[in-house]
Amino acid sequence: MKQILDMKVIANERLHPNYCLLRLASEKRLPEIFPGQFVEVRVDNSPTTFLRRPISIHDVHEERNEIDLLIQLVGDGTRKIAEACPGDTLNILLPLGNGFTLPSSQENPDMRLLLVGGGVGCAPLLYLGARLRENGFKPSFLIGARSKNDLLRLDAFSRLGEIFITTEDGSEGEKGYVTNHSILCGKPFDRIYTCGPKPMMMAVARYAAKQGVDCEVSLENRMACGLGACLCCVEKDREGHNVCVCKEGPVFNINQLSWLS
Amino acid sequence: MAELSINIGNLRLKNPVMTASGTFGYGIEYADLIDIARLGGICVKGTTIQPREGNDYPRMAETPSGMLNAVGLQNKGADYFAEHIYPKIKDIDTNMIVNVSGSSIETYAACAERIATLERIPAIELNISCPNVKQGGMAFGVTARGAAEVVKAVRRVYPKTLIVKLSPNVTDITEIAKAVEAEGADAVSLINTMLGMAIDAERRVPLLSTITGGLSGPCVKPVALRMVWQTYHAVRIPIIGLGGISNGRDAVEFMLAGASAVQIGTYNFVDPTVSIRVIEELNAYCDRHGFQSVKELTGALKV
Repeated sequence: MKQILDMKVIANERLHPNYCLLRLASEKRLPEIFPGQFVEVRVDNSPTTFLRRPISIHDVHEERNEIDLLIQLVGDGTRKIAEACPGDTLNILLPLGNGFTLPSSQENPDMRLLLVGGGVGCAPLLYLGARLRENGFKPSFLIGARSKNDLLRLDAFSRLGEIFITTEDGSEGEKGYVTNHSILCGKPFDRIYTCGPKPMMMAVARYAAKQGVDCEVSLENRMACGLGACLCCVEKDREGHNVCVCKEGPVFNINQLSWLS
Repeated sequence: MAELSINIGNLRLKNPVMTASGTFGYGIEYADLIDIARLGGICVKGTTIQPREGNDYPRMAETPSGMLNAVGLQNKGADYFAEHIYPKIKDIDTNMIVNVSGSSIETYAACAERIATLERIPAIELNISCPNVKQGGMAFGVTARGAAEVVKAVRRVYPKTLIVKLSPNVTDITEIAKAVEAEGADAVSLINTMLGMAIDAERRVPLLSTITGGLSGPCVKPVALRMVWQTYHAVRIPIIGLGGISNGRDAVEFMLAGASAVQIGTYNFVDPTVSIRVIEELNAYCDRHGFQSVKELTGALKV
């Protein structure tokens, strides 16, 4: 069930000049949150910001009613959110959208799961990886970024599984895009989950389709309400109909979308 | 506790606060977050006789104190509404009002006639002011003659409460209001969005797929207030005021300017609880100023 909560800022760590990691705590018990779901943060005291900012849920600490948000500072809204100090309150609408499909307990625990993140798009993959681990699966991460400084939370990801890295400038890992990584030339994966810039996800989706691998993508279309009411954040489905990313997504199986046609 | 109930024609509202079409889905999208039955009414998403895909993405751009949209009346059509959505909303204890649109006089009338068959829909809001469709929509709402023709045709087939939603994209809104009143509209709602535009200077491209779109949010409130005030002095039918309302004080201002009821639109996106807060703040305002009934606010501006 969706809720609007005033959440207290517990910590705000500036990972790099353009990224912050916020930890928020709720006094009320949090509703169940699935990996891939997102929140909408109300931005107060920013004259140029009107709408809430949709941010994917980076991690959940259920027992403490806390969530982590990994935020890239792209405009006035995210910059304002990043100014929050411990003790401040942020108004949060959550949990929104549908999450990634987790393999069922009947599936082979040795199945090869690849989680592909580009830039700040790696954010929801941490919680996804944690839940996969919890369920006895062994996720691998393929993380791409422009350069070394845009690689985020590698320590946290490496605690959950093996990590493979690409950077566009070659400053860390293999040089190039995620789809150029040598790991993709090896033994095929059984399922791929991806979140990042749309061209990257489309390339990953094409790779997955070619290999016959099941693939889920998480979109970040520009949105307003977050609830499926305003119909602004649409993406074309396989039949060419417009569907709301906020409500039908943000996670879609590539077979649901028109990308490959 | 002031008396909050009001009437719009034969329609009784438990309070004058409704949610605006296109900003509140079918109401149920917000049911986790507020008790939607507390609202005076819910204007559901614009509906047409045939399904519409709407415009291409991107359909939205944020602006200072507001936003532009170019959704373009995406909906699955009146039959789908009647068969699949109506059963889910018909028992909500408030006035479920269907916003009706069309691309020709015939399609407006056909849609109104279809919705008229739905027992628990006590009113329609005729949308002659959508700026985001190529045919129909605003085209009918920007001339007195066009507005009169479509209202006349709909009035013939629609016996229940008929609200006509007016466009601000006109030289003189009172001419349009008078024309629809003369054709039998029971009320007017104003304003729909204002035609606007946003540009990405870095990439030198428009921010909307349609280049222009409808502006809404607190930035349009002064224009909306002025138009409500002008219309109040031009027609005798009730006015439903909307445009940028984000709190009870804004709602009071619309009522003082002449509105009998208000709608909350874009601010639902910022604060999904705003409509309930407006009801409470309206009540508190009446108590604080000694009004027995919220009706006393309508047109009570001292000039």
